[in-house]
Amino acid sequence: MAKGQVAITVERCKGCGFCVEFCPTHVLALSSAFNSKGYHPPHVVSGEKCSGCDLCGMYCPDFAIFGARHAR
Amino acid sequence: MSEAILDIPLDSTKTAINPVEPYLRMDRMPHIWCPGCGIGTTVNCFARALESSGLNLDKVAIVSGIGCTGRVAGYANLDSFHTTHGRAIPFATGLKLSNPELQVVVYSGDGDLFAIGGNHFIHAARRNMDIKVICVNNLTYAMTGGQTGPATPTEVISATSPYGVFEPSFNLVQLAEAAGASYVARWTTYHVKQLSRSMEEVLHKKGFCFIEVLSPCPTLYQRRNKMGDGLDAMKFYKEVSKVRHGAPTSECALTRAGEIVVGKFVDRDRPDYLELLNRQMTATLGDRYATPEVTCSEG
Ligand SMILES: Cc1ncc(C[n+]2csc(CCOP(=O)(O)OP(=O)(O)O)c2C)c(N)n1
Ligand code: SF4
Ligand code: SF4
Ligand code: SF4
Ligand SMILES: [Mg+2]
Repeated sequence: MAKGQVAITVERCKGCGFCVEFCPTHVLALSSAFNSKGYHPPHVVSGEKCSGCDLCGMYCPDFAIFGARHAR
Repeated sequence: MSEAILDIPLDSTKTAINPVEPYLRMDRMPHIWCPGCGIGTTVNCFARALESSGLNLDKVAIVSGIGCTGRVAGYANLDSFHTTHGRAIPFATGLKLSNPELQVVVYSGDGDLFAIGGNHFIHAARRNMDIKVICVNNLTYAMTGGQTGPATPTEVISATSPYGVFEPSFNLVQLAEAAGASYVARWTTYHVKQLSRSMEEVLHKKGFCFIEVLSPCPTLYQRRNKMGDGLDAMKFYKEVSKVRHGAPTSECALTRAGEIVVGKFVDRDRPDYLELLNRQMTATLGDRYATPEVTCSEG
């Protein structure tokens, strides 16, 4: 089971790709879908690899994503 | 704006709020910054530093000048002061002297702090004024269209240097050290953890502290120089940055595409302005000198 999860606020995303590039375990990819502003938000492609480290959350300039660890 | 938390709701709905939200004025989002602009990433790091600092946020104030970076004061969920161009430091100085228990943070751009505000910067550092200055250095006057500023490296193409900048630029960390700053560090928006830690550190450090953060401006700096988008800048920082704590700041000048030395360069203690003022007044006037009572901070 994955150690953590990531939450994405699609409508706040501007599609910069920072979260996708710097996720240490490559959990994310930019989606081909658009949000209502016309940006491609990230989506989860390998959820089982998410550690909940929240590095994606630290990089996001638009406060649109964050990770959290599962309570043990 | 409708906001859906997508894909995977967290197990506990209580934790399903971004940890930085309490530190930001979320009613003002989305912010004005361009896609791939690094200013938001620095604010993200600042919010996390506020959280881990454990400071009472009623005792923290943030002061900005004018520019894209100047908008930070309006997005931070703190007592904020969005001042005139170049004058963030004098406003912050007044705030600090009238209410010394406040932790006063100046958050502004390279143009604001080092061109029109350059004199204020060197004198606040000389006096060791107890304020924390965070400079988002995107190497240009972004908000006004990408003109050459005092931090723009030579050879860069800008709105006012169509054939490339020929004048030398300031090395901000060397300037800060020479002027007397107690703490000097430089990071880039790639170094989120280190930046956040430095920000937390200065929130607990007395005296004039300076953190320079190199930050992408894809719209007005990179485009003219064919440097790609925000993500390209981040990859570039990752590739060319070298962490050298304690490096002599004279060796840390920035160039258009060369190495970026990052780290903490200066961490020293010397009496700050208020301490020196109070010391002299007490020695000279004795009982006749009373530090003014502050009555405006509660409520
Ligand atoms: C007295 C005065 N002069 C000039 C301006 C125009 N002006 C607005 S922002 C700015 C430069 C901002 O550059 P910087 O501080 O680097 O911030 P950035 O936009 O790059 O984040 C200038 C020159 C002004 N607002 N007020
Ligand atoms: S929380 Fe960490 S592992 Fe999970 S998506 Fe974000 S960066 Fe990747
Ligand atoms: S870092 Fe933030 S704004 Fe950029 S793509 Fe990821 S979620 Fe979107
Ligand atoms: S112009 Fe540059 S600094 Fe200003 S918001 Fe856009 S990318 Fe950021
Ligand atoms: Mg600038």
